[in-house]
Amino acid sequence: MGDPATVGAARAALADRVIRVNVIRKTFGASVVLDRVVFDINPGETVAILGPSGIGKSTLLRIVAGIDTAYEGEVERPAALAIVFQEPTLLPWRSALRNLTLVHPGLSDDDARAMLGKVGLGDKAGLFPRQLSLGQQRRLALARAFAGAPELLIMDEPFTSLDPATAEAMLSLTERLIAEVRPATLFVTHARSEADRLADRILELRGAPATLAPHLIRNGASS
Amino acid sequence: MTDKRTVTALSLFGLLLLWFAAAALTADPQILPSPAALVQPFLREAASGELPYHLSQTLIRVAWAFCLAMALGIALGLLMGRSERVDRWLDPWLVVFLNLPALVLIVLCYLWIGLNEVAAIVAVTLNKVPNVATVVREGARALDPQLDAMARVYRMGRLTRLVHVTLPQLAPFIAASARSGVAVIWKIVLVVEFLGRSSGVGFKIHMFFQLFDVAMVLVYALSFIAVMLAVEWAILQPWERRVRRWRTA
Ligand SMILES: Nc1ncnc2c1ncn2[C@@H]1O[C@H](COP(=O)(O)OP(=O)(O)OP(=O)(O)O)[C@@H](O)[C@H]1O
Ligand SMILES: [Mg+2]
Repeated sequence: MGDPATVGAARAALADRVIRVNVIRKTFGASVVLDRVVFDINPGETVAILGPSGIGKSTLLRIVAGIDTAYEGEVERPAALAIVFQEPTLLPWRSALRNLTLVHPGLSDDDARAMLGKVGLGDKAGLFPRQLSLGQQRRLALARAFAGAPELLIMDEPFTSLDPATAEAMLSLTERLIAEVRPATLFVTHARSEADRLADRILELRGAPATLAPHLIRNGASS
Repeated sequence: MTDKRTVTALSLFGLLLLWFAAAALTADPQILPSPAALVQPFLREAASGELPYHLSQTLIRVAWAFCLAMALGIALGLLMGRSERVDRWLDPWLVVFLNLPALVLIVLCYLWIGLNEVAAIVAVTLNKVPNVATVVREGARALDPQLDAMARVYRMGRLTRLVHVTLPQLAPFIAASARSGVAVIWKIVLVVEFLGRSSGVGFKIHMFFQLFDVAMVLVYALSFIAVMLAVEWAILQPWERRVRRWRTA
């Protein structure tokens, strides 16, 4: 691990790992939901997807994550994935700490505790998810996502149904963790402000069937 | 004074009084001995070691059949609940076995496998597997697809997933089938012993039945009921409380 040549080679290999999303068509029965949604995500880049409700944002994320495999096209993704669903999706019958260590068997209890501390749940390790508020459950889901040092992080509206102050706290926490772990990030949001804040690049889904809008928005400015 | 325990105690005491009264009215200990008349035979049988021996023989058979039936039933129910194809193919079998009288299965097992321990346990197990599978299948159909997706994205191992994601969701269904399972299995074990074993409570009841010894039939039956209640209180209920802890915490 100490050999600088090896480390350099590993870095280069990592840098080559662009995430390629090439969804030609996605249908549910007779209705076409996605049509030619093609884009790349560079390592360490944060991409936001905007679009109205029901257009197919969650469907696209499920395809990128490999949860939904019934589509035409292909996705090149790294093995180290992490996902944050709209609902926290925790194991309600296991403690906060076990929710981290069961999902990441390589994570020691101490590392897991440190991770809980980072998201402000340092004193909640022994509690069950039911005993946490929604905001705390969301932070636990975030801790779970970052604890595995993912190469690709996928988030589906992680900041909705929180009061503005809590949403703001979650947003800056996410910003900090992304800066620290530096995964390629793909996230969906309704709120343009969230996209502007976190994303290097903003994609917009439009139309029926949904496709990517022709313009790219970079750092809030249309290009 | 509507404390649940008090009511239970009073109710059982009432049953005991009814028994005393019925025994007094019958006035024939050959047909219905009074509860007091069972104490002596019980102590004699316990002291001789006969009672503990046959109770333990039956308990071992119950334990074997219970564990096998639960393991097979959970596996089958999980498989059928998760795969529509498997369900379509195996559901008719389940219906057939659910409607097969216990006695028929027992006799067939003895005829085909022989009058031995394996046949006895297989017969009891086969009687219970379809019920467990049916109940667990309902649970497997209700498994949360989001948790499943989460487990897949994070590449949780098969065993971890089974133990920490799937089984906890099935726990209420497993508990329900375990409770009814224990209740049914020990009764079937008694029949199996009655028909073709030379040890156990069912065997002893068969023997005393042929001797028209009602008192001893009651001694063995009541002793085993007591054992099964003890199992329920000492093992099943604490286990259920443990797996439910996260709901009530
Ligand atoms: N399993 C499914 N079966 C049939 N249709 C589905 C299924 N899942 C989603 N759809 C349909 O696909 C379309 C896109 O759904 P999706 O959940 O991706 O929307 P979304 O953009 O995430 O919306 P929201 O912002 O409200 O979450 C919707 O019209 C929905 O009805
Ligand atoms: Mg959605």
